Amino acid sequence: MASQTKNMPLDAVKSLQAAEEQFKTFQILNEEGEVVNEGAMPELTDEQLQELMRRMVYTRILDQRSISLNRQGRLGFYAPTAGQEASQLASQFALEKEDFILPGYRDVPQLIWHGLPLYQAFLFSRGHFHGNQIPEGVNVLSPQIIIGAQYVQTAGVALGLKKNGTKAVAITYTGDGGASQGDFYEGINFAGAFKAPAIFIVQNNRFAISTPVEKQSAAKTIAQKAMAAGIPGIQVDGMDPLAVYAAVKDARDRAINGEGPTLIETLTYRYGPHTMAGDDPTRYRTADLDNEWEKKDPLVRFRKFLEKKGLWSEEKENEVIEQAKEDIKEAIKKADSAPKQKVTDLLSIMFEEMPVNLKEQNEIYQAKESK
Amino acid sequence: MAQMTMIQAITDALRTELKNDPKTLVFGEDVGVNGGVFRATEGLQKEFSEDRVFDTPLAESGIGGLAIGLAMTGFRPIPEIQFFGFIFEVMDSIAGQMSRMRYRSGGRYHMPITVRSPFGGGVHTPELHSDSLEGLMAQTPGLKVVVPSTPYDAKGLLLSAIRDNDPVIFLEHLKLYRAFRQEVPEEEYTIPLGKADVKREGTDLSIITYGAMVHESLKAADELAKEGHSVEVIDLRTISPLDIDTIIASVEKTGRAIVVQEAQKMAGVAANVVAEINDRAILSLEAPVLRVAAPDTIYPFSQAESVWLPNYKDVIETAKKVLTF
Repeated sequence: MASQTKNMPLDAVKSLQAAEEQFKTFQILNEEGEVVNEGAMPELTDEQLQELMRRMVYTRILDQRSISLNRQGRLGFYAPTAGQEASQLASQFALEKEDFILPGYRDVPQLIWHGLPLYQAFLFSRGHFHGNQIPEGVNVLSPQIIIGAQYVQTAGVALGLKKNGTKAVAITYTGDGGASQGDFYEGINFAGAFKAPAIFIVQNNRFAISTPVEKQSAAKTIAQKAMAAGIPGIQVDGMDPLAVYAAVKDARDRAINGEGPTLIETLTYRYGPHTMAGDDPTRYRTADLDNEWEKKDPLVRFRKFLEKKGLWSEEKENEVIEQAKEDIKEAIKKADSAPKQKVTDLLSIMFEEMPVNLKEQNEIYQAKESK
Repeated sequence: MAQMTMIQAITDALRTELKNDPKTLVFGEDVGVNGGVFRATEGLQKEFSEDRVFDTPLAESGIGGLAIGLAMTGFRPIPEIQFFGFIFEVMDSIAGQMSRMRYRSGGRYHMPITVRSPFGGGVHTPELHSDSLEGLMAQTPGLKVVVPSTPYDAKGLLLSAIRDNDPVIFLEHLKLYRAFRQEVPEEEYTIPLGKADVKREGTDLSIITYGAMVHESLKAADELAKEGHSVEVIDLRTISPLDIDTIIASVEKTGRAIVVQEAQKMAGVAANVVAEINDRAILSLEAPVLRVAAPDTIYPFSQAESVWLPNYKDVIETAKKVLTF
């Protein structure tokens, strides 16, 4: 080793190893639903705990129904979410309504729980622009398609919130692949430099489509990348809703307090394919790995935890499932009744005022579409 | 009225709008204490505080994303990209994001962003500082692209760009920054985007151009006048959207036209202007519409740029072909 053959003033390898050892996985609830970290338990009422479970069950059903609706041709683009409920929903659960979400394309559930009507989420999937017409008072952007682009925008939203004196944070999501993008580094670095109230979440579900996280970087954790930006970073058991909630709550409190951004890596897993457009995970994942992660399921462990406290039952769960199915049926019906999208609609949303070329083209398409 | 260079007119416009609208923000690399590498933001941080005029970390994509996020939270960002050759680093924020936000959100969100950037050749820069990449921008739906050629136009167009509720790419030609002074009113005035300006009237030939080539074209027109040719010079000022009415009215009057651009010939703005003329005024034409443009190479190493860049002699040569057709 270099350090043995040369007398180095500072051992760079050792300092890296020492730094990496700092990034341990934060967990509160283990796979058996037992609290292993009592001191870190977030302050949540029984009702809040039940509500978080309700949302996770509801979203699991939404995922199952969305997949079958996609297969029936009744939904379009869809990125499955099962497995990531704790990572997605417990992080959103730690937010306030004023907080601004900049999602990746798999992060539709957070938008829904932040106020996006379900039928609009379906219209987004179907490629109808009304899906992205976010209602007034719902502080979200539509799902980002370019991996990592939301990270640089988050620095801007967070700086804007700070300049406006709004007591709120900007929160964004990407995946383990996204943490390799230049925009990832630029986003966390900008937010750090401006001490902007941002929360950067990397949902490390181990695969960027097919490429395993081990091939993304020499870094042992994604959380440690925060160090380069000079901001706090934490790795969290992303199958543990209480740990995710506690980490995001803490990051939010510090951000609101003027202490700047935090990077949170959630260790999670997507049970399904990358999207419903032909991805076959058996090409790049083993059944053993799938089984290993399914044992960590966030719903299973949270159910055990709540049942022991007498806060959850099969009956309660069935109620949620029925409610979800009912809501989905209604939302699909509402999505079906959306007016057919026209080219002239699209021409009119390019600019505040149509420039001369679009005006001309608008006339042409008006004639075509009135036939 | 004051005599101003283009760079002074630009600073004046920025100062005017920083004063008028508390939501405007000027930021970029070295725009604060240093006042910008060309001094476009000279004195603005001191006058308006670091809250309104500030340096960013050195990352163009970050600057683009910052602008988008600030626009989302109600600000009117005026980011500077230090040289337009660096635009590739921020192409997603511009062409993949801000240009699409109004459309993507079904009209719910808009991006009142003006991206300022110096461009253009003739001042012996290192690579990727001089390229005329405006065609990339003009080919991007959802953007307006403005290229002033005079101090007066620069101030009026920049004020319109900043006040516009859609993203505008505002390109400032390096060679024109301090090329000459012009009377520029100290009070505010605007020049509408999408409106060309007839810089010189004539009846025999229309030269349609923009940016630094306006001045080469005017010089050519002077020379051609000595030989009895009456040449009209149209400064597009905005290359997207194009002022088709002004172009067509001129061509219908003169019956002959050339289009002059500093950029490489292929897939350029000039090609688009020629196509519009062919679409709309072919029966008024007495001769084919020709182009003057740079050759289709990468922007040259600076020792070759004086030959590579189109100049008034090239304009005269092509004009004569069309005049004598």
